[in-house]
Amino acid sequence: MEKWYLMTAVVLLGLTVRWTVSLNSYSGAGKPPMFGDYEAQRHWQEITFNLPIKQWYFNSSDNNLQYWGLDYPPLTAYHSLLCAYVAQFINPDWIALHSSRGYESQAHKLFMRATVLIADLLIYIPAVVLHCCCLKEISTKKKIANALCILLYPGLILIDYGHFQIMYNSVSLGLALWGVLGVSCDWDLLGSLAFCLAVNYKQMELYHSLPFFCFLLGKCFKKGLKGKGFVLFVKLAGTVVASFTLCWLPFFTERAQALQVLRRLFPVDRGLFEDKVANIWCSVSVFLKIKDILPHHVQIIVSFCLTLLSLLPACVKLTLQPSPKGFRFTLVSCALSFFLFSFQVHEKSILLVSLPVCLVLSEIPFMSTWFLLVSTFSMLPLLLKDDLLMPSVVTTMAFFIACATSFSIFEKTSEEELRLKSFSVSVRKHLPRFTFLPRIIQHLFIISVITMVLLTLMTVTLDPPQKLPDLFSVLISTELTSANPPLLLRKTGPELTSVPIFLYFICGTPTTAWCAKRCHVRTQDSNWQTPGRQSRTYT
Amino acid sequence: MRIKWVECAALSVMAALSVMTGGGSWFLALALGVTLLKCLLIPTYHSTDFEVHRNWLAITHSLPISQWYYEATSEWTLDYPPFFAWFEYALSHVAKYFDQEMLNVHNLNYSSSRTLLFQRFSVIFTDALFVYAVHECCKCVDGKKACKELTEKPKFILSVLLLWNFGLLIVDHIHFQYNGFLFGLMLLSIARLFQKRHMEGAFLFAVLLHFKHIYLYVAPAYGIYLLRSYCFTANKPDGSIRWNSFSFVRLISLGLTVFLVSALSLGPFLALNQLPQVFSRLFPFKRGLCHAYWAPNFWAVYNALDKVLSVIGLNDKWFGSAVPTHSPSLGDSLGHPHLHPDCHIGPRGFLRCLILCALSSFMFGWHVHEKAILLAILPMSLLSVGKAGDASIFLILSTTGHYSLFPLLFTAPELPIKILLMLLFTIYSISSLKTLFRKEKPLFNWMETFYLLGLGPLEVFCEFVFPFTSWKLKYPFIPLLLTSVYCAVGITYAWFKLYVSVFTDPPVGKTKKQ
Repeated sequence: MEKWYLMTAVVLLGLTVRWTVSLNSYSGAGKPPMFGDYEAQRHWQEITFNLPIKQWYFNSSDNNLQYWGLDYPPLTAYHSLLCAYVAQFINPDWIALHSSRGYESQAHKLFMRATVLIADLLIYIPAVVLHCCCLKEISTKKKIANALCILLYPGLILIDYGHFQIMYNSVSLGLALWGVLGVSCDWDLLGSLAFCLAVNYKQMELYHSLPFFCFLLGKCFKKGLKGKGFVLFVKLAGTVVASFTLCWLPFFTERAQALQVLRRLFPVDRGLFEDKVANIWCSVSVFLKIKDILPHHVQIIVSFCLTLLSLLPACVKLTLQPSPKGFRFTLVSCALSFFLFSFQVHEKSILLVSLPVCLVLSEIPFMSTWFLLVSTFSMLPLLLKDDLLMPSVVTTMAFFIACATSFSIFEKTSEEELRLKSFSVSVRKHLPRFTFLPRIIQHLFIISVITMVLLTLMTVTLDPPQKLPDLFSVLISTELTSANPPLLLRKTGPELTSVPIFLYFICGTPTTAWCAKRCHVRTQDSNWQTPGRQSRTYT
Repeated sequence: MRIKWVECAALSVMAALSVMTGGGSWFLALALGVTLLKCLLIPTYHSTDFEVHRNWLAITHSLPISQWYYEATSEWTLDYPPFFAWFEYALSHVAKYFDQEMLNVHNLNYSSSRTLLFQRFSVIFTDALFVYAVHECCKCVDGKKACKELTEKPKFILSVLLLWNFGLLIVDHIHFQYNGFLFGLMLLSIARLFQKRHMEGAFLFAVLLHFKHIYLYVAPAYGIYLLRSYCFTANKPDGSIRWNSFSFVRLISLGLTVFLVSALSLGPFLALNQLPQVFSRLFPFKRGLCHAYWAPNFWAVYNALDKVLSVIGLNDKWFGSAVPTHSPSLGDSLGHPHLHPDCHIGPRGFLRCLILCALSSFMFGWHVHEKAILLAILPMSLLSVGKAGDASIFLILSTTGHYSLFPLLFTAPELPIKILLMLLFTIYSISSLKTLFRKEKPLFNWMETFYLLGLGPLEVFCEFVFPFTSWKLKYPFIPLLLTSVYCAVGITYAWFKLYVSVFTDPPVGKTKKQ
């Protein structure tokens, strides 16, 4: 690659931004008794280093699970252990059992930040660079621009380097990205190994598991289930089982061990959603108090069914017609389904949707940029709590500028480029004058950006927190003029942020494509049959 | 009605955004990008210069003019020319809305978070002038090489080299100083000379001198150039001077401009009869020959030899007697020992002469600060995109010069930032200039390559190995000494090469003018 130096510059820029953000405060800084995610991270190092492996996930006098007990899969624990050994080498006080609780110092902060940077540098950044280099059909310049945008994505930077997320997102997302890369480049075994590691690092990666499964299954079907396909299937199954066994080996000695770990990983006894998530449950509960109406177990079932229902079409389609491009779009749509409909979603889970969206950035720049901006905005309350207003505003603006200049997103809003052609063609059959969709979308974008700016400004400038929810909601109500304002006035929140997400989802939902297909659009869309364009159906 | 209004607003925002994404957007994107990076640097370490400027804010805000240059509560007395004092005065009237407390002269070392925010943002905002100046400078670069690729255009490369200059970033936005807008003034005046708007250029430079007197170093270049190509209105066909074309009107108008600016600046103090006091503050010859951090110049090499000889036990009397009293007169006479090579006709020749002035004073000047190297590096960027030879000099000069700024930031959290930013700038500048001049001979010979690569191990030794060795307590000055001596070699080499190029290269301007 002749432009390697530009790629190096992009990576260095990404690293610089990451490190400068990390100079800011972190979650729970100087807030006893529980502190925050930063302390959780340090506490796990303390636990894994000082206790035998059998006690890691169990409540004991040395391991109070109420105080940031380990609730991530084994790989996370191993990583903590590794960091703990380094910490022990530098300063044993950092991880001393009991006495190190709530330990904070400049040197320790530096150490923790450095561990994130190193993990990022080793796993996530190479995966992003490689992904951009492997992109086909675009110029070198676009590849570099793409890498710049992905590396500058503020959500991930702010959560990992500012807020200090419990167990580094960059590692789990990076491993997942390696998985995507491997599977797309036909190194299926390596890809599935990387993805298994990702799942074993953070159980939330299960959001991405269905597309992986369907894509690989589809590949096996394609090769013929009786010949090569079956061999591939067995190999893949072997890889998955082997990697899981390897990760869980210390916990397989006793049945109770494995069960306890599982119980820690999937705490179903928590609520349907936590306070401010831009997903469907939180939004609906503005009108309808689902939490109160439905009993707990029904909630679980309903959310499970809805999730399954929403991701089924895309997965079926992927199994029948596996292609790397379709795979990426299915990843987006599945992760989004999970985020919108599944049980007990955390606002930070939006990062799991953002990663696949980053992967389709070069294909649908306008929509992806919009989504990524909104996703960052949806974490604003969390970031404000950590005193990260300045870096979040700055990095978001930087990201927006990077996307706007490198993809000139505003020129790419035709139906063709929004991948909405088949949808609008089918609508036009019934409504011949349906030609204003791109314009509407442009306007919606502008309005949503302006609203985000205004809301940010108001959140910062208007001090009385009691006043804020009302303002939020009044704004929503002016947009959704048909809604009943008094009802909206009750509840706080970035429900607003879910509007664009819904929009994206509605536009991007495979169901639309499914319907469109049923309406025999196939015969009218001349591009339909072109290989490599199948992904059109997904958006 | 409301929908229509929203639509109007949306359309206008859309238009603004599409201007941004349109043709000339890359410059805006670069400028905004670096501005955002500067905002991210707000929480970084800041040096005592932060307190210096806070103190000046307090002095100018709370005291009458007659006290400005006498006030000495803080050890950081006002020692910049009057325009800068007025600048601080203007800033202080914004500052009072941020935090009134920072404007108290007796509030030493005061740095609340609002003070920090205000001071940092004042640097970032005044940098707008620098951005504008860079924009003007880019217009002066002739894009004769018509490349399709944006990233290979000289204009693009130049604007990155200037806007994203590593030295300026760390000195202004981490270490804390107001060099950005001052260099903006200088670049703007250079651009005006390129655009043949001589009076404007002279005016801007005169103003600049009264902002910060360090720019006196390059004043000779201005003087000679303006005399040669503005006061003499015509040339002989072979490019040499036509003596009878001298225009007194032009000379007088130039003189008048400079005089008026000086009168505006120094007049009030002349009226108060404080001029000697002002000058004693501006030129504190009582300070030593070398600054606390050694600037990588001739004196650094001299000092290093002195130190090495004394450490290994040789009597230093011999060396000490070579420059017995460390007198400023010697430093200064060495500072400008060179007849300034007559500025070749044409602004490029002038630029070359200006850089030579800056570098010579850096090499031999009295009490030179290592930050002064920026005075040579920034104008040199303008030359670097024009010719392969200049590009090579620029790269050696900027890389070593920037590396020599490393000791300014010695705190651990800033270590990754300085290394990453330095790598970013160095890799970009070397590779992009190599791409620009790929059809000509390679930019570096093996010796230069070896020298530049040596900076890597030097950094590893100074910051990662040395602190863990037992020498740290016994010889704590070794990293500083190594850095400045190593960089001094590179800067001397660049200076020498530039000097040679001035005399050997065919004057560019001559052919262009005809």
